[in-house]
Amino acid sequence: MIGRSLILDTTVRFVFDAAVVLSVYLLFSGHNQPGGGFVGGLVAASAIALRYIASESDDVRFILGIRPATVLSMGLTLAAATSIAPLLFGLGPLDHQSVEWSVQVLGAVHLSTATVFDTGVYLIVIGLLLRIVEALGDDPDDVTDPVTGGPDEGRS
Amino acid sequence: MLFLLIGLHVVCATVVFLVGSRLGRWVWPIAATAPTAVVVWLLVNAGAMSDGGAVSQKSEWVPGLGLGLDLRVDAFSTLMLILVSGIGALIFAYAWHYFGNSPSSPRAAGLLTLFAASMVGIVIADNLLALYVFWELTSVTSYLLIGLDDTEAEARSAAQQAWLVTSLGGLAMLAGFVLLGQQAGTYTISEILTAPPSGTTTAVALMLILVGAFTKSAQYPFHSWLPTAMVAPTPISAYLHSAAMVKAGVYLVARLAPAFAVVGPWRPVVVTVGLVTMIAGGLRALRPFDLKQLLAFGTISQLGFLMVLFGIGQPAATAAGCALLLAHGLFKAALFMVVGIVDHKAGTRDIRELPDLGRGWGPTKAVALLSAASMAGVPLLAGFISKEQAYGALVDRSGFDRLVLVGIVIGSMLTVAYSLRFVAALVLPDLVSPELTDRPPARRTPTFWFASTGVLLATGSVVLGVAPRVWSGMVDAAAHALDPGAHAHLVLWHGLTTPLVLSVITLGVGAALFVLRRPVASAQARLTFPVSGLQGYDAVLRSTLGFAGRLTRIVQSGSLPIYAAVIFSAVVIAPMVAMVTGRWWPGWPMLIGTPAHLPIAVVLVVGAVAATLIGRRFAAAILLGVVGYAMGMLFVLQGAPDLALTQFAVETLSVVVFLLVLRVLPDRFELRSTTIRRPLRIVISAAVGVFVVLMAIASSGARTEPSVSGEMAEQALPRGGGRNIVNVILVDIRGMDTLGEISVLVTAGIGVVAIARVGRRRPADPVHPRRRRRTEDVGAP
Repeated sequence: MIGRSLILDTTVRFVFDAAVVLSVYLLFSGHNQPGGGFVGGLVAASAIALRYIASESDDVRFILGIRPATVLSMGLTLAAATSIAPLLFGLGPLDHQSVEWSVQVLGAVHLSTATVFDTGVYLIVIGLLLRIVEALGDDPDDVTDPVTGGPDEGRS
Repeated sequence: MLFLLIGLHVVCATVVFLVGSRLGRWVWPIAATAPTAVVVWLLVNAGAMSDGGAVSQKSEWVPGLGLGLDLRVDAFSTLMLILVSGIGALIFAYAWHYFGNSPSSPRAAGLLTLFAASMVGIVIADNLLALYVFWELTSVTSYLLIGLDDTEAEARSAAQQAWLVTSLGGLAMLAGFVLLGQQAGTYTISEILTAPPSGTTTAVALMLILVGAFTKSAQYPFHSWLPTAMVAPTPISAYLHSAAMVKAGVYLVARLAPAFAVVGPWRPVVVTVGLVTMIAGGLRALRPFDLKQLLAFGTISQLGFLMVLFGIGQPAATAAGCALLLAHGLFKAALFMVVGIVDHKAGTRDIRELPDLGRGWGPTKAVALLSAASMAGVPLLAGFISKEQAYGALVDRSGFDRLVLVGIVIGSMLTVAYSLRFVAALVLPDLVSPELTDRPPARRTPTFWFASTGVLLATGSVVLGVAPRVWSGMVDAAAHALDPGAHAHLVLWHGLTTPLVLSVITLGVGAALFVLRRPVASAQARLTFPVSGLQGYDAVLRSTLGFAGRLTRIVQSGSLPIYAAVIFSAVVIAPMVAMVTGRWWPGWPMLIGTPAHLPIAVVLVVGAVAATLIGRRFAAAILLGVVGYAMGMLFVLQGAPDLALTQFAVETLSVVVFLLVLRVLPDRFELRSTTIRRPLRIVISAAVGVFVVLMAIASSGARTEPSVSGEMAEQALPRGGGRNIVNVILVDIRGMDTLGEISVLVTAGIGVVAIARVGRRRPADPVHPRRRRRTEDVGAP
């Protein structure tokens, strides 16, 4: 990237937070309204991508403080764990359980293990985009890891 | 309880892995808890197994596939567990001294415990598929154990060889298991053995299973991984390659032989392979100067012996096999321990360089002497009792068995010769390698505790040899569990019988072979087999890799236009053939649904056409985005907000990713193309476009069964608990598909960085003069 645009940079910073909130909303409302982990993940990923375009990938990784590979593996672990967990209770794989109770401000809250599975999908979509940004966007000669400051083991 | 025992191994291993680095050598007592618990369990439950009974436990896993975690411990499993866990616990104690506070201690301890768990699993699994899973787990853990010293190329390639050979055998075995299970109608081992199927399919299944057993137990011609695997630290070799893992193949043959020895070519195949292995392994054991290699070939030879005894499938031979199994575990583990001590304290295992093992080496040398004597079959030791049993089982029979007996006697003579060679190297080094004059004394001496585990094992060999009554009952029960007709009665003195005469001849000829070792060695040097097992393995590996390389160069030409052309042509041609040969045209669908479709269609068409005509890459990417957004608008109009939302998000992201890629590509498209000419490209593109339209129309009219979507919509709320049907389908109804798809996403995420970087790190990259200059400044790419 050749220099930064101040206007774009500032705008993106405002939009970023709103987009992340929207993505989380989409993730949790997904079971009953349009949305879900995949779309939520895409929105969050777009927000991060905007941030990347406005500044630099290092900046993006500073905000997150986590390596993309960690996000990916967390997502897959969540999804796989929710798929397997019902087996331990004698149910079929991915047999979701849910509870519903009412909270003062939010109204009826519906909690389901399906949402945990969807969170896995959400994280994987974000992780995948971060990996793509890292693969195609970074300076290939720069081998220091902005998160730890040391040599980046995950990139060799 | 059986599940808990396996679980305890896993818990111990986890503890060792998590906090092992702070514990130093104390990881070994933690790791040893698990095998010790198994031994205690055996002692408590000994009564239940003694009288042909068994302790079993069942747990359904995937009932549809006949896959159950059925565990069953009978008397033969008990015998195997004594080897796996009893000798295992002693080896863990030995490893305490061997590894000490070395940094590899935690990893070795954790992996050995996991290995012990899988090994326990093999010998108590009562389901073919569960057995296979444990079997492969031993392959995985032994791969990691052999390659423990992962900075050494030699260790890595040895680990790889063991892994490739045993897991290939394992795959053949799995095929055999499935065939056998289908033939028998059940995968439960005890049920298969009570009503064994027969016929050609069963015979094929058994041959496949035998391939697995032979590779695991290092039988010729698959043996070469075992000597190579000796690069592993000695406690690992002692455990994996004497007491436990290599016995897995023998165990399987022992289980199946009583029921299947008469089916197809089982008996001749097992007996031939076993005899060849016994004799060839024995011959090879006369040659190496490395004591550990000597033991490795000796182990191969003894495994062949066990294979013959169990493979015949006759009651008396089976009983002898049970006795030999235990005797071999005792003496071979002790001998490996001796080699480890010598290596550790004297600094070498080479017969020609061994220092003088004087003061303080007494216990070690005594262990070596007694254990090697047991291996050779010297009276008053366990090995003698079992060998007498083996001779006795075959001597009264006729024909085929007589030939087998001759083979076994020859193999045993060689065993005597290499046992003598081993002992002489330690006790009388001047006799074996007189060329080393002025032999220095060993720099360090082992503590008694280092040798103590070996002393225990050697004492075991003596006690069992002097008082056969001690283990007669146990061997009898084990043999009885395999074959109801089998009975063992171990005694020291049978009278002046043919087996005794054969034993004396064996010892005499073996000693003569040792005395005449120089002429024997020169004869062997002249008679070497043209291809060794290791060369065979190398040749197979090299030709496989070569073939893969050639195939890859043809299929993966590296040209993007060719890939695209092949993929798109396949997309058009394959379904088109199906469409043309069947009845497919349902008639034109409604062309304009609502008036709002028209302006969107115009945007779509203009965007798509413009994208093909425009010369700049960046503009083309934006135009593609326009097409995508227009599609999203169509979804909105059709009442699919979820789909539209996703489409918009994907399009946004795609534009960003295009942006990233376009940074490194030329600004404009290359119009000249050399790989695929422009007319051909246009033809393929047009064909894909036309095909997609026809396909869309055809598939919308191709329904023959009622749609499932109605039912999905009905079930979404009551069973899926969600009002968004699309999401319920994704996470619940078709959740397994989603899991598979996100796994693909993760894989893509892992791969994308590697591919992108490989593509951009070419030294002669013309796109990045700026970057190249910078790396040149730094001085190194």
